[in-house]
Amino acid sequence: MRGSLVQVLTVLAAIVGLWYLAVAPMNIRVALDLAERSGAQVVPATAAERQARPAWQLMLANPGLIAQAYRLDRPRLPTPDQVGRELWKTTGRMALRGRAWSKRSLIYHGWVTLRSTFWGFLLGTAAGILIAVAIVYSRVADMSLMPWAIISQTVPIVALAPMIIVVSAQLGIQGRALPKAIISAYLCYFPVLVGMVKGLRSPAPSQLDLLRTYDATGLQSFFKLRVPASIPYLFTSLKVGIAAALVGTIVGELPTGAISGLGARILIGDQFGTPLAIWAALAAAAILAGGLVTVLDIAQRLTLRRMGMA
Amino acid sequence: MGWVAFALIFWVAAWLANIRLANGRWSNRQAVRIAVPLLFGITLLVLWEGLVRGLEVSPVILPAPSRVAQTFAASTETLWGDFRQTVLKGALSGFAIGCSAAFLTAIIIDRSAFLTAGLLPVGNFVAALPIVGIAPILVSWFGFDWQSKAAVVVVMVFFPMLVNTVQGLRETDAMQRDLMRTYAAGYVQTLLKLRLPAALPFVFNGLKIATTLALIGAIVAEYFGSPTRGMGFRISTGVGALAIDLVWAEIAVAAMAGTAFYGAVAWIERRATFWHPSQRSGSR
Repeated sequence: MRGSLVQVLTVLAAIVGLWYLAVAPMNIRVALDLAERSGAQVVPATAAERQARPAWQLMLANPGLIAQAYRLDRPRLPTPDQVGRELWKTTGRMALRGRAWSKRSLIYHGWVTLRSTFWGFLLGTAAGILIAVAIVYSRVADMSLMPWAIISQTVPIVALAPMIIVVSAQLGIQGRALPKAIISAYLCYFPVLVGMVKGLRSPAPSQLDLLRTYDATGLQSFFKLRVPASIPYLFTSLKVGIAAALVGTIVGELPTGAISGLGARILIGDQFGTPLAIWAALAAAAILAGGLVTVLDIAQRLTLRRMGMA
Repeated sequence: MGWVAFALIFWVAAWLANIRLANGRWSNRQAVRIAVPLLFGITLLVLWEGLVRGLEVSPVILPAPSRVAQTFAASTETLWGDFRQTVLKGALSGFAIGCSAAFLTAIIIDRSAFLTAGLLPVGNFVAALPIVGIAPILVSWFGFDWQSKAAVVVVMVFFPMLVNTVQGLRETDAMQRDLMRTYAAGYVQTLLKLRLPAALPFVFNGLKIATTLALIGAIVAEYFGSPTRGMGFRISTGVGALAIDLVWAEIAVAAMAGTAFYGAVAWIERRATFWHPSQRSGSR
C-alpha cells in the first residue's frame, strides 16, 4: 500500500461507483413487480411481458421507479450502503445494546469462525513447519512427501469436507470445531510448508560451512542459522496461510448444515431468502480476512525490524 | 488382527525400501524419483485398507479402498455424468472465461501506471478474501445449472490471475525495454516479443492457483442447488443417504480431475517457459 493511497482510493471509489450503477439493472424487475402489486403504473403492465425485455429498456420505460430498485428489502444486488447498514445493525448496534453475543449478532458468528480459523491456522502452521523440517533434513521425506503435498492441494478439499464432518461425528467428537479446524489446516499447511522449505534452505553453503568450522552441532546450526534465515519466508507464507485457513473454515461451515459461524450465516441467509444477511456475512468475512492479514503484516514488520532484516 | 499386522509390516518394509532408494546410488534417476513417492502412496492405501479391515470399521464411517474401487467400477456412468456436469461444464468453462478475462484486463490496466498502482493492492486483498461465500448469491442470479457454477469459478479465479499477470508484465527491466526501443519496436511488438514472454512464469503461476480454485468453486456452488447430477450434488446427497462409498468414489474422481488439471497446466508451463531457470533440469 506504500505511497499509492490515492490510487487505491480511486480504484475503490470506481468499484463502489460501478456497484451503484449495477444495482438498478439488477433490481429493476423485482422493483417493478413490487410496484405493480401495490397498484402503481408500470410499463409493460405484466411480469410476463417484462420478462421478454432487457433491463435497460425497463429502466427507460419506467424512469420514475428506478429509485425503488435502490430501496428493496430483498434485493438481488443490495447497495453498498444497505450492506453497511445491515452490518452495523448486526454488529455495532447489537453491541451497543449489550447483545454482542446474541445468536443474531455477527460478532458472535465472526468469533466462532475466528476461533476455528485460529485453531486450523495453528494446526496447519505446526504441520507445515514440521513437514518442512523433515523435508529439509531427510532425503526420503523430500522425495516421498513433496509430490504428495502438491497433489493434496489439487484435491478439492470441499469434496472431503462433508466426509471429515461425518467421520468425526461417528467417532463421537462433539461439535464442529475440530472438523472445521482440520479442513482449514488442510488448506493452510501447504503455503507454510513451501515457504519454510525455501526458508530453511536459504542459507548459503558458505554460511553452513562457517558454522561447521565453529564446530556447531546440527541443532545449533538449525536454531542459529536456518531458523533465523527462514523467518522472512515464514511470515510471507503465514499471511497466505491465514487467508487460506479462513477460507477453509467458511467452506467447512457452508455445505454441512452448521448453525453458527459466518459460513452458516451465509447458508441460512440463502435458505431463508434474505440476501442482506448473506452480504453482511460476506462483508464481515472480508473484514476478518483483512484484519488477520494486517495483524500478521504488523507482526512481520516488528519482528524483522528487531532482527535487523527490514 | 492379521490385517493390522500386515499393514504395519508393509509400512515398515516400504519405509526401509524408500530409505535405501532415496540414499542409494541411483537416487537421482527418474525411475527412483517416481518410485519413492509412489511407494509412499501405496503404503498409505495399504495402511488404510489394513486398518479398516483389521479394526472392522463400519463401511458407513470409512469404507476400505478396495470397496471404493468396486463402487467406482460399478458406477462409472454416474461418475462420468457428474464429472461432465461439474468439471467440464462448470469448472473448465469458468476457468477459461475467468482467466482470459483477467488476462485481458491485466493487459489493459498495465497501460496505466495509475491503475496498476491502485489495483494491485486491491487485487491482492480481494485474492485473500473467502470468495467462495459468494456462491449462494450467484446461484440465485444464474440459476441451478452449470452457468452459475461457471460464474462462481469466474469470480474466484479472476483476482489471483489478474494480480499475477499484472506483476508478470512488470517483470522486464528498463534495460530490456530500452533495447526494444532501439529496435524501433512499437507497443504491440514489445508486448508480444518481450513483456508477455517475460510474464509467462507469473501467468502460469496464476493459472496453477486457478486450477485448484476452479474445482473448489464448482463443487461448493453445487451445494447451494444444482440439477440432479454433479459431483457436489452427489457428495451432499450421498452423505445424507449414507452412500459413503459412492462419496469416496466421487472424491477419487475429484482428486484425479484436480491432479490431471494441474498436471496439464504444469506440462504446458514446462513447454512454454522452458527457458526459465526454475524449469531447467539440474537446477532444482
